[in-house]
Amino acid sequence: MKKDKAMKYVLRPLKDTPQGFYLLLGGLSVLLALGLGAVWHMEHNGHIVTGMNNQIVWGLPHVFAVFLVVAASGALNVASMASVFGKTEFKPLAPLSGVLAIALLVGGLMVLMLDLGRPDRLIVAMTHFNFKSIFALNIFLYSGFVGFVVAYLWTMMEHRMNRFTPLAGLFAFLWRMALTTGTGSIFGFLVARQAYDSALLAPLFIAISLSYGLAVFIWVLMLASQGSARPLGDGLMARLARLQVIFIAAGFYFVLVYHLTNMYFTKHHDFERFILLDGGIYTAMFWLGQIVLGTLLPLVLLLAPGIGAMRRRIAASAGLVILGGFAQMYVTIIGGQAFGLVLFPGYQVSSSFFDGVTASYHPSLPELLLGLGGVAVVGLIVMLALKVMGFLPERLDDAALDMAPVQATPAAA
Amino acid sequence: MSRRTWLSFVRLWQALLLGVFLAVCLPAAAQTTVVPSGTSQGLGPLVTKARGGQCVDDPVFMRRNHMALLKHQRDDTMHGGVRNGKYSLKACVACHASEASQSVSAEAGDFCQSCHTYAAVKIDCFGCHASKPPAAGAQAALAQPQVKP
Amino acid sequence: MKHDHNTSSPETVAKSSSRRGFMGVAAAGMAGILLAPGVRLIEIAQAAPTAGSASAGASSKVRWGMLIDSDKCASGCTDCVTACNTENGLSGGTLPTDSQWIRKIEIKEIRTGKTQSLPMMCQHCAEPPCVDVCPTGASFKRADGIVLVDKHICIGCRYCVMACPYKARSFVHEPVHNQKTDVPRGMGTVEGCTMCVHKVDKGEMPACVTACSDAGHGAILFGDLNNPESEIAKRVASYPSRQIREDLHLNTGVRYSGI
Repeated sequence: MKKDKAMKYVLRPLKDTPQGFYLLLGGLSVLLALGLGAVWHMEHNGHIVTGMNNQIVWGLPHVFAVFLVVAASGALNVASMASVFGKTEFKPLAPLSGVLAIALLVGGLMVLMLDLGRPDRLIVAMTHFNFKSIFALNIFLYSGFVGFVVAYLWTMMEHRMNRFTPLAGLFAFLWRMALTTGTGSIFGFLVARQAYDSALLAPLFIAISLSYGLAVFIWVLMLASQGSARPLGDGLMARLARLQVIFIAAGFYFVLVYHLTNMYFTKHHDFERFILLDGGIYTAMFWLGQIVLGTLLPLVLLLAPGIGAMRRRIAASAGLVILGGFAQMYVTIIGGQAFGLVLFPGYQVSSSFFDGVTASYHPSLPELLLGLGGVAVVGLIVMLALKVMGFLPERLDDAALDMAPVQATPAAA
Repeated sequence: MSRRTWLSFVRLWQALLLGVFLAVCLPAAAQTTVVPSGTSQGLGPLVTKARGGQCVDDPVFMRRNHMALLKHQRDDTMHGGVRNGKYSLKACVACHASEASQSVSAEAGDFCQSCHTYAAVKIDCFGCHASKPPAAGAQAALAQPQVKP
Repeated sequence: MKHDHNTSSPETVAKSSSRRGFMGVAAAGMAGILLAPGVRLIEIAQAAPTAGSASAGASSKVRWGMLIDSDKCASGCTDCVTACNTENGLSGGTLPTDSQWIRKIEIKEIRTGKTQSLPMMCQHCAEPPCVDVCPTGASFKRADGIVLVDKHICIGCRYCVMACPYKARSFVHEPVHNQKTDVPRGMGTVEGCTMCVHKVDKGEMPACVTACSDAGHGAILFGDLNNPESEIAKRVASYPSRQIREDLHLNTGVRYSGI
């Protein structure tokens, strides 16, 4: 049976890793140490050492954290496709997808929790709950996600439990939908701010999670394949490229509807003008970062025939999607705060507390180091997991994965 | 090297390490906190006497349970608006602030700080709460701590 | 002779039974060590008093509110702000990272040019968004309508700052020293106007109200909205007043007239 044939793959830990592996591991450790040093500095001196203030209370760390958490949910998609949607040819990649999802979530959570004003009160956060708060629900969603994915990985890697993989995969998939809805709702439930009072934010976050998650997965897969001398097949890369196109388009659709609707509401016109026209850095990030680099250029790279080698284009698109994702998070989180609150529509407002003016924010080094520390944690977890346990199939070429061979196109290298 | 030589080498190192350890620890343990009043009580903390007559409860009971009492009291005050309870932190500070530093936790010998340093438990309260009693003029407005008959 | 498949000699049997005995004693000892603190804690919990003394606490029969008459509020006057800063131990600074519990807002209608001045502080909503979003429940509404931050359980996530439609909350960015005895505030937690709850509980009025009336402006009126005989209840029943951002249906305790 075709299904059985696809299931015959062998997972192997990485062996004979090149020196670059250890260099990267060392580099990530240094990055993590710097991030923890930044946290120590912030905790002892207060948030005054960061660029955040009472107008922009969520800054660069939150941009990193939300990106990582959103990508975590999307990174599990390859596994979900294999277990839930019947695309069994992706089954050999499911363990990598699972461990990457866990790593991204842990990294994002770490950044979020270390940026708290009182990170020493984590026990308080885990024993006092206000269940109307989506933050409190997210605590369960995030930790539950790790639990469900661990269980899912176990069913995949323990032969006797393989028959439970579809069920575990279904639970992980549903939980992941809830998690990303919860993450989008962190913003979508805020009625106070012009940028956020929209139910559209939850499905928007689901769409961008698929896009960001797949981009990160592609990068990790390509890096892992290079580091372990297990070459990837063209068929697999073509499939992933096609998925990336669909996910970028889906994300763009929600962004389009969000802005078009806002432009219909006169009360949101000032906000739209701010983001699209005269918001300075936020306008630049939106058009250049989110739209051009994050949406249009990757689509061109993936769809246009005959522009250089396919493999390089896929890697470049993934990188651009990640960059565009950071830009989108920056515009959403920080731009949304910079615009400010509208207490008196139709009035010019001024006060000592920066009412009526665009808030200014300059990211600081401790914030950047904290965010990069989270990224370092992701890298460390994935690299150590691959090295120590079998998360990657022994062979990644098309024949081994039973992937349909790619059609002869001018673009195929 | 023979096994006996190796073992005696190991034993020598263990003896050296133990010696160094004791040499560092014993003098440190024998040190007492420097406080303006009173004599050394051996290895325990030295606690400044409070300015009020008698504590609201038995000292041994307070030593054991002050955290739980303060925790109950704080919920009553925050959520219930009850401000002159028996175990009010404000009253504790007013009574126990030391003469020298006018505080319960500013100097090493102050009331709260002395025991807490000895027990190596960081005090979280005075990050937010005033560790000094209010200015002299406001003293009269303070509720008198209830004293057990 | 039949082989005895039980290879235990009498000595080993004796040793193993004494080993078992030791394990039993050790297990009992461990159980004792683990349970003893619990027993002690139950003792403490039952011994410790539950409520404070007989002072009356917050009651839901009362709903504290304020009525601010913008017509009596002079542009450039900051008596209420100064009083609040003094009462609560705030620095009074206006850097982007400084806490401001109350601020004067000058507004000018773009079409007509009409200007107004008014103080803005926590509106003590009956349906506060800040309370909804707080993950630990640190942001809470007291029975008498005053919205507070319980800084013992605030973890400093700043979600309430994001959620407040009035920008009432501030995050403490630096270590705080020399706090007022009645107003604890510390680094890493979020804070905002408490309606001088420490004074209200003693039967007094918030500092801003007292300062404004002492200075002769009389722009801020404080009282019990639930008591039909109170000055504020009579005033809001007779003269038009509104809530800021009333379209959000938050049912604020602070109302404004003249805007």
